[in-house]
Amino acid sequence: MAQTSVLTAAPPPAEYEEQAAPALRVRGYWASVGYRLGHDPMTVVFGIVVLAIVFSAVFAPVLAPYDPYRESIIGRLKPFGWRGHMLGTDELGRDLLSRLLYGGRISLLMGVVPVLIATVIGGSLGVIGGFAGKRVNTIIMRTMDVFYAFPSVLLAVAISGAMGGGIGNGMLALSLVFIPAMCRIAETATAQVKNLDFVEAARATGAGTFTILRFHILGNVLGPVFIYASSLVSVGILLASGLSFLGLGVRPPVADWGLMLSTLRQSIYVNPVICALPGAAIFVTSICFNLVSDGIRSAMDVRL
Amino acid sequence: MDTMTQTPPDPRDRGGRAQPLLIARDLRKYFRVKGARTGAVVRAVDGVSFTLFKGETLGIVGESGCGKSTLARLLLHLLVPDDGALVFDGDAVAEVHGISVNALRRQVQMVFQDSYSSLNPRMPVRDSVAFGPYVHGRSRSEARDVARDMLVKVGLNPDLFGPRYPHELSGGQKQRVNIARALAIEPRMVILDEAVSALDKSVEAQVLNLLRALKANFNLTYLFISHDLNVVQYISDRVLVMYLGSVVELGPVDAIFTRPLHPYTTALLGSRPSMNPAQRIEEPPITGDPPSPIDPPSGCRFRTRCPYAEPVCAAQAPVLGDWLDRHSHVAACHMHEPASGHSKAPGNA
Repeated sequence: MAQTSVLTAAPPPAEYEEQAAPALRVRGYWASVGYRLGHDPMTVVFGIVVLAIVFSAVFAPVLAPYDPYRESIIGRLKPFGWRGHMLGTDELGRDLLSRLLYGGRISLLMGVVPVLIATVIGGSLGVIGGFAGKRVNTIIMRTMDVFYAFPSVLLAVAISGAMGGGIGNGMLALSLVFIPAMCRIAETATAQVKNLDFVEAARATGAGTFTILRFHILGNVLGPVFIYASSLVSVGILLASGLSFLGLGVRPPVADWGLMLSTLRQSIYVNPVICALPGAAIFVTSICFNLVSDGIRSAMDVRL
Repeated sequence: MDTMTQTPPDPRDRGGRAQPLLIARDLRKYFRVKGARTGAVVRAVDGVSFTLFKGETLGIVGESGCGKSTLARLLLHLLVPDDGALVFDGDAVAEVHGISVNALRRQVQMVFQDSYSSLNPRMPVRDSVAFGPYVHGRSRSEARDVARDMLVKVGLNPDLFGPRYPHELSGGQKQRVNIARALAIEPRMVILDEAVSALDKSVEAQVLNLLRALKANFNLTYLFISHDLNVVQYISDRVLVMYLGSVVELGPVDAIFTRPLHPYTTALLGSRPSMNPAQRIEEPPITGDPPSPIDPPSGCRFRTRCPYAEPVCAAQAPVLGDWLDRHSHVAACHMHEPASGHSKAPGNA
């Protein structure tokens, strides 16, 4: 048989039968993520913008040239650069730059905190449901479907409307809106990997459920979950602004991009440029978050 | 942790060389058919019995869907058998006075067919190999050392390959990693479920030679599942032929390949491509698909495709002879059962 002659051929003389291609440099995981990020100028640039926005929000009290709550009867809706107000003033004569800086704090908080809460709660529920399967999965996912039945904006409005306004309730409402989506992402990712042979092989080595979850499932689920979470941040900022716009988020006179947009809209025929600024801030922030999360996603994918 | 040595006699060897390492007795696994109202079941494994002796390689062959892979999973209790018994080195598996499933899994490991999906895509292969020892109580650094050793033993340079991810390896390299992973917890028995079937021929040959060398090195017993008769002939000491969830023939490799008893085995051997162009196979020795395992034929499962089928084959299921003996060559066929009523049976001649 021709086959037998191949089978009994002498093994290769090299020390290791399989030799690696030397061109491929071997890096650790985070080193390779860093390397790929460094070679992606788009992500780097937008990442810097995101960092700048976060920085300016955190250090708003230091950076703001004026008190964001000091009103002026004569200096209302003034253009850029009027008496040292770099971005002009709003309908009550308050310095717009200062208000934008302060407003960023609340908008970012409302964007990030609900996403974190939803990632932890929704993600765990999804992993549990996906891995347990059967009845547990049905109970968790059908409950999530109930939340899915409502449009997300409507649900957020309904929840914060029922509970009353305020930052805390607003964040709670947004968390509840994000949990089902997060849960679904985690559930899908878990169900995809749990039937693969490597999980079966891990079971065959005698590993318990918790060990398998920790070493084999989480690593494969965290990627998609993280990517989705980072894209949700911009949605969170938009929804939070929407709630404030409708009067269900923060209350005046607190500075918040959505609320500023809402109150300035009445002055759109007087000074349209000033009125557009909070909207521009929301737009720039959310698009930067989106682009950065895209870049991080491709940098984190070991298969690329 | 038990401190194990590679030199025979293996301290884990309880019953001595003569005691079979594994006895499977009448294993059954039925799967419910989804959506069927009448409670129809797929009889994936339907009464499989065999013995696996220490240090041998038992090849399992059969067509796709005959229950080979289900059988492999039953042996590791990755699927729980509906019926039947497993005895590992004298201890009943998963029974009160026997050996626990976890203890079984310390001694039996498995290499899967799909070398890609059997490695975690987000784990460097070094960590995949180290996972088993880590689970079994070694520290992280000890487990990494074991992984390094194992990678060397399967012919991979641990410095070059250890930190890589599965997608950065070729199929043969991945399968070597899988073998290293299976051997890292120093099992006594390895189930190779189509372990070389997805590799191309030259790589397949290298991996087969590696498996042979490792078997001698580590004092292993193999259960080698494949649909490739040439490979089974090359690596096995004994061969078990499956058809539609049950054993049709069991015997030493030479006997099976030179003097097959069961018509199905004859047909399987006849369907191998001839290496001699002058001896082309003019007519396929076996045609059609196996019947559905949901509602298998009465009596002998093979009778619907068997050229020698007689009424007795439909009336009565043939039994496999003495499958406990190491040297016996037995077939579940009425033609080889004395006084079975078949015209070709030995008693009638």
